Amino acid sequence: MDLSYSAEYETFREEVQQFLKQHWTEEDINSAPPPDQRAMMMGAVIRTDERATAFRLKAIERGYLYRHVPKRYGGGEQPPDPLKSTIIAEEFRRAKAPAEIMGQGPSMLVPTVVEHGTEEQKQRFVRDTLLGKITWCQGYSEPGSGSDLASLRTRGVLEGDFWVINGQKIWTSNADTSEWMFCLARTEPDAPKHEGISYILIDMKTPGLDVRPLRQMTGDADFNEVFFDNVRVPAKNIVGKRGQGWVVSRSTLKHERALIGSSVLSRRTLDGVIMMAQAVNLRGKPAIQDPYIRNRIVELETKVLCSEYHGYRMLTMQAHNEEPGVAGLVSKLYGTQLSYDIGKLAMDLMGDRGLLAPGEESAPAMGMFVTAYMWSLGILIAGGTANIQRNVIAERGFGLPRDAAASRK
Amino acid sequence: MNFGLSEDQVLLKTTIKRFLEEQCPTSRVRAIMESDSGHDSGLWQGLVDLGVPGLTVPAAYGGSGLELLDLALAAEELGYAATPGPFLGSALATVALLEGGDASQREHWLPRMAAGTTLATIALGEADSEWDPARYMTKVAGGKLTGAKPFVPYAGSADAIVVGAVDGSGPGLWLVERGAPGINITPLKVVDMTRRVDTVRFTDTPATKLGGSAAAMQRTIDAGCVLIAADAYGGARRCLDMTVQYALQREQFGQIIGAFQAVKHQIANLAAELEPSLSLYWYAAHAFDRIPDQSARHAALVKAHMTDLYDRVTRDTTELHGGIGFTWEFDLHLWFRRAIFDRSFLGEASVHRARAAQLAGW
Repeated sequence: MDLSYSAEYETFREEVQQFLKQHWTEEDINSAPPPDQRAMMMGAVIRTDERATAFRLKAIERGYLYRHVPKRYGGGEQPPDPLKSTIIAEEFRRAKAPAEIMGQGPSMLVPTVVEHGTEEQKQRFVRDTLLGKITWCQGYSEPGSGSDLASLRTRGVLEGDFWVINGQKIWTSNADTSEWMFCLARTEPDAPKHEGISYILIDMKTPGLDVRPLRQMTGDADFNEVFFDNVRVPAKNIVGKRGQGWVVSRSTLKHERALIGSSVLSRRTLDGVIMMAQAVNLRGKPAIQDPYIRNRIVELETKVLCSEYHGYRMLTMQAHNEEPGVAGLVSKLYGTQLSYDIGKLAMDLMGDRGLLAPGEESAPAMGMFVTAYMWSLGILIAGGTANIQRNVIAERGFGLPRDAAASRK
Repeated sequence: MNFGLSEDQVLLKTTIKRFLEEQCPTSRVRAIMESDSGHDSGLWQGLVDLGVPGLTVPAAYGGSGLELLDLALAAEELGYAATPGPFLGSALATVALLEGGDASQREHWLPRMAAGTTLATIALGEADSEWDPARYMTKVAGGKLTGAKPFVPYAGSADAIVVGAVDGSGPGLWLVERGAPGINITPLKVVDMTRRVDTVRFTDTPATKLGGSAAAMQRTIDAGCVLIAADAYGGARRCLDMTVQYALQREQFGQIIGAFQAVKHQIANLAAELEPSLSLYWYAAHAFDRIPDQSARHAALVKAHMTDLYDRVTRDTTELHGGIGFTWEFDLHLWFRRAIFDRSFLGEASVHRARAAQLAGW
């Protein structure tokens, strides 16, 4: 155990700090309105104005952003080094500087096109996606295909130079604001289910494509449904070969992901809960002095620490090219349970005021805790439900038999 | 930045693991736990030969000069194997001497303890689960110790006992040698037969004061919290490993039970809790060694967290085994019992969570 960074990395940190001081000033920070709280909670803040883009280009040039993407396609092209990635993420966050654009374009579409796309696709899409000039949504889930994604039924039929797409996608975040969609469609209806899918890029302005907002249980509409009625897509927009879409979509994200980040949100919410426990009274005394409340806070704080230290441990393993095994599969399951437990404590501390919805002015913290509490249910499902995570841990982690229903029929 | 073990630490851990696999199968665990003393000097000598009691003893006194993290790795492996014997008491007496002994006391005792010629143990807690030194009733006056310590590990086998007590200047540590007058040792019937505790009554027993103060005593308790957490992690890991093995072999309804999602999910839930806890116990040990301002609080947090989890893992894994898991002949209850020891000894979870809240200044 050595929790300090070696001289080489401290030097690197100083370089990054120097770069940020020079190229991202207080004036740059204040040149755009601050993001609203809800957007911050969703992690959806992306500055793509001219100043931000100009800065990002310099940061890419220096190799600080998009390190896994080749220079010729607009990336930073650096050898993988999770510690450097972590230092960059920490320093950019501290300096409030535009970092890598989050979202499904840079994180999913780019690595896929870089690995499987044609030269033309790479030139056309990668650079502009990294700079936020092309935004993407992911057309995967369907009403009948959630956990069993490979059973998807949206059809793609090749007619001359066009794929003709018919069907429906659901839970499509940002479909209303994105320019493009990367979509899985069934193009080989007679092949086994995993071998009949193709990965197709669709311009969202194409006629026949209809986006309708989907209102989720929180009352807001953060997702969409997308309907395809004879949507004609140029044949060259397929990534990889026909029928290889499943493999293409699973292509390893060759990201040196900053693993420390995953526990940041639970730490932030817990800190808010502790502040609330100091501010509100329970039986005439600050709630934080109540033995039961103290006990619960400490219990949850311990789990937040577990999650932080686990991130450091995974980061170290990644840096040493060690295979994490089961340890590498548990973060999502652990984190979703934790965010529920923290949300529940926040609800209890609010007492009757927990009845108040976001938007009600007298709601504590503008209803932020209620929103967090509801979203703890959303993240339990998004990106693979907790039960799917449990299958993954048991099957890939411990070698227990795959579920019969999930076999490749 | 390296949040992980060094090559030497991995080697140490592996060496102890292999030794215990060979020398401490559950058949031997059972033989030892059913013996009168619960202490097998042959097995203990094997651990002495590996350097376990001397891991944290400075090289000048014949030890390896390592840190609590290294000792915790040993505790994890001992927990994994459900090793019976006086490790914990011996380790804590060592910490007490390191933290509280003056030069001559260390020079006298530590080499003997590292070499295994002297077995020492620790007597801190008092009746009513009282682990707060400020409230000890055991008193020292004129170099004579009087009082009762109800839960002393392997007092009957020990050559020396480090005792927490109070004199005119407040709480402190004293050392009592075997055979001193006024010692009365009563063995207790305990749930975890792999870790015996005795009640020790002192009546005007001659005792040597260690130089250190209440701070040394608190350090000793904190070290105990970390070592118990490491033991709990090792034991929980073992239960989970056994359960995965069983789920791959046991057949019901014409298939191995590991194919059922109910079984898979229960196993996955335990793994999801256990993996991040390993990182916490490493960090708590590291904080004890290197980060003084986080040491006490992390010791409290990890003791509470890990012993709660150990309890849950032993319950769930027993459930996953079905009927066989509830039999005496099947080994799982060895860890179930150790989970009870880890939970109770040195103060239960709520005591330590209250301490952690206090240390946070809330």
